[in-house]
Amino acid sequence: MSEPILTPQSPIIHMDSTPLLEMRGISKRFPGVVALDGVSLSVGRGEVLALCGENGAGKSTLMKILGGIYQPEEGELWVDGKPVKIQDVNDSMRLGIGFIHQELNVLDNLDIAANIFLGREPLVTPFKLIDRKKIHADTAPLLKRLGLDIPSDTLLRNLSIAQQQMVEIAKALSLNARLIIMDEPTSSLTLTETDCLLDLIAGLRAEGVSIVYISHRLGEVSRCADRVVVLRDGKNAGGLDRADINHDNIVAKMVGREIKNTRLASDAPKTPGFLKVRNARSSRYPNQSVSFDAARGEVLGFAGLVGAGRSEIMKALVGLDEQGAAEVTLGNQSLRIRRASDAIDNGIFLVPEDRRGEGLVVGMSVRENTTLPSLATYSTAGIISKARETAITNEQIVSLKIKTPNAESLIRNLSGGNQQKVVIGKWLAMGPKVLILDEPTRGIDVGAKAEIYKLIRTLADNGAVILMISSDMEEVLHVSDRIAVMHEGHITGVLDRPDCDEQNIMQLAVGRTSPVSKPAFVA
Amino acid sequence: MKKELGIFSLLVVLCIVTASINPRFISPTNLTNMANLIGLFGVFSIGLGLVIITGGIDLSVGSMFALCGVLLPLALTKWGFSWPLAALLVIAIPMALGWVHGALITRMKMQPFIVTLCGLMIYRGAARFIANDSTLGFGAGSGFETLRSIASGKFLEVPMPFVMLVVIGLIMWVLLHRSIYGRYLLAVGRNEEAARFSGINTRMVITGSYVIAGLLTGVSGIMLAFYTNSVSPSNYGNSYELYAIAAAVLGGCSLRGGEGSIVGIIIGTALLQVLQNLVNLLGIPSSLNFAVMGTVVLLGVMADQMLQRRAAAKLVAL
Repeated sequence: MSEPILTPQSPIIHMDSTPLLEMRGISKRFPGVVALDGVSLSVGRGEVLALCGENGAGKSTLMKILGGIYQPEEGELWVDGKPVKIQDVNDSMRLGIGFIHQELNVLDNLDIAANIFLGREPLVTPFKLIDRKKIHADTAPLLKRLGLDIPSDTLLRNLSIAQQQMVEIAKALSLNARLIIMDEPTSSLTLTETDCLLDLIAGLRAEGVSIVYISHRLGEVSRCADRVVVLRDGKNAGGLDRADINHDNIVAKMVGREIKNTRLASDAPKTPGFLKVRNARSSRYPNQSVSFDAARGEVLGFAGLVGAGRSEIMKALVGLDEQGAAEVTLGNQSLRIRRASDAIDNGIFLVPEDRRGEGLVVGMSVRENTTLPSLATYSTAGIISKARETAITNEQIVSLKIKTPNAESLIRNLSGGNQQKVVIGKWLAMGPKVLILDEPTRGIDVGAKAEIYKLIRTLADNGAVILMISSDMEEVLHVSDRIAVMHEGHITGVLDRPDCDEQNIMQLAVGRTSPVSKPAFVA
Repeated sequence: MKKELGIFSLLVVLCIVTASINPRFISPTNLTNMANLIGLFGVFSIGLGLVIITGGIDLSVGSMFALCGVLLPLALTKWGFSWPLAALLVIAIPMALGWVHGALITRMKMQPFIVTLCGLMIYRGAARFIANDSTLGFGAGSGFETLRSIASGKFLEVPMPFVMLVVIGLIMWVLLHRSIYGRYLLAVGRNEEAARFSGINTRMVITGSYVIAGLLTGVSGIMLAFYTNSVSPSNYGNSYELYAIAAAVLGGCSLRGGEGSIVGIIIGTALLQVLQNLVNLLGIPSSLNFAVMGTVVLLGVMADQMLQRRAAAKLVAL
């Protein structure tokens, strides 16, 4: 990826003075579980502290204590060298702590200035109406400070996600935030937008603003953090100073053992040209079409920037885009796919990007989700046999090692990784010929990720075609046999295994051609 | 199951209290009459319950009753339809209207509230127009004694509407809780997108619920017409959909969709009818009828919310 923003030599500002924030020996218990066990943490002025850990390691709980949502049972909070209590969000705000959540907290029907001054609008007499002049006048310099060249009366819905996030940062700054906590801020940003955000963080740091940066994306962490604090199972699992921050060191602390970052190669036989896709179009890019071939036994990765149209093409492929279309040949059979059930009947399944919104009915049980697309198989004359459903579900629970008390547990009570296994399991139960995975490990912790990669590989080796969309560079390099790269609705090139590297992918992703790229199919 | 148990205990308690204050509550006449009403209201409440499970609503039920209520006597006495044909007509029309509602909701992406609110006004107007705004009845007509006895007779001393409720309730229980369609209905109600991504034809599932609601409205419409024996189209069946919505919600259906049970809906219906009966028997001014019902629904749903929140809090804490 790009150069680190900080070099190991770059001076760390004010590091030796009193830390801005200290959390000492924080413990928090919930019935039946110790979420935090004596965790300590300090953030210096103008320091970027990355907080890392697997899902459930206690990061969110720790930050909710800073936000006044939870009260710790033990431990002390110190700000500016003085002990403080944070009872609610207002206390937190008064101490200069601002939050940028993963899910943006903006009202998209209001303009930028209205969002920034929401709940504390200056009023003008005599009717106590909002002083619109003042809020716009006060917003402009904030936007300028963040390098956002947009009029303050722009409606939020007309901004990109990255710009909306900037507005949230502007709001935090307008509240005189000295410490901004960012929880997975880049999860829906494109690579360019991520770069902008990291630049902005460097800028804020130079102004003396401290940042706590929570992210699963270790590449970003290595680029922007002065220091890394790792949590594991609600305890401090060590920290890393600037010079020691790298991917392997962070992961080692997160999981407590060394993990080698290797490729998952396979010698299993492949049948080239088993899946042929011609002229696939999506409603998002109606004037672009995509054609490609994929082999049985192959994992074909789809890389590209967010918004390149990868998910849209896959949805068109499985009949979920009404304006989309695709000519699909599987083996020697040409398929007519008009709606989702056509693709499913032919063994072409999609594991969608939005797990909870599109992949699962979270209020239903593991059993009900597993059998949802294949109920006819477990029914006689339209009446479902629960015994047969339970049997197949238990098979999936065992073979995919889904951690759930039993088949009747509700999906919403499972962790992200186990939820994803249920989505995959419901298709495995139907014997996939083509399995399309869209960002299969988003928001999933490191351990579960490795299991899912192994599973994807095994599926391919057993004769399925795997199409895997991933914006995670490491992931796509780790799992794919070949990588197709998309840019603004079309495939700019396909990389064979020896040519798969970040450099080549990025070239194609930004729309340049690469000398090593191959055509997507043989006509 | 817990939900049904809660409201069932409430029903039992109300019955015991009412019976001990006024023993006429358990007199054969009163019980028969109540069974009649529970049957009449229960059948279409089940239909509306299915619609509510998809996350929709049907406000047009009462007006459909008016429409069926004027068409049935006209067909039987004026137009000389045979009784099976007349019954078919009065059942097919609400089914067709249900299909139109479903199509407007799923194809045109209109909101169920708006579609069926317009239905409420249109069908009421149509009924009044067809009947010339005058009261219709079966009069001294003959040739449809069979239909009359199916709709309002007795089977082993049990009023037919109640028998119908038991039979239809059983069928609908199998449909909702044991069949593929029922599972689809619950899945679509909880997360339409995920259902679509699983290959379910969500439009058909949703439209189907409005058609079934139409079918059950038609069936109750016939029973209701013979129960009242005369139909004045300007207020006949007025606001009956609200009884059904209240019964479904009391019985555990969520207006957000995806939740509900047939047993719950039937118990909810029974509770509302017992409440009405109780108002009469306990000498509470009958003008307070609606106020009592409203209060009970409000308290019932509030108690349920509080219990759910407590359960959720326990889960989050884990």
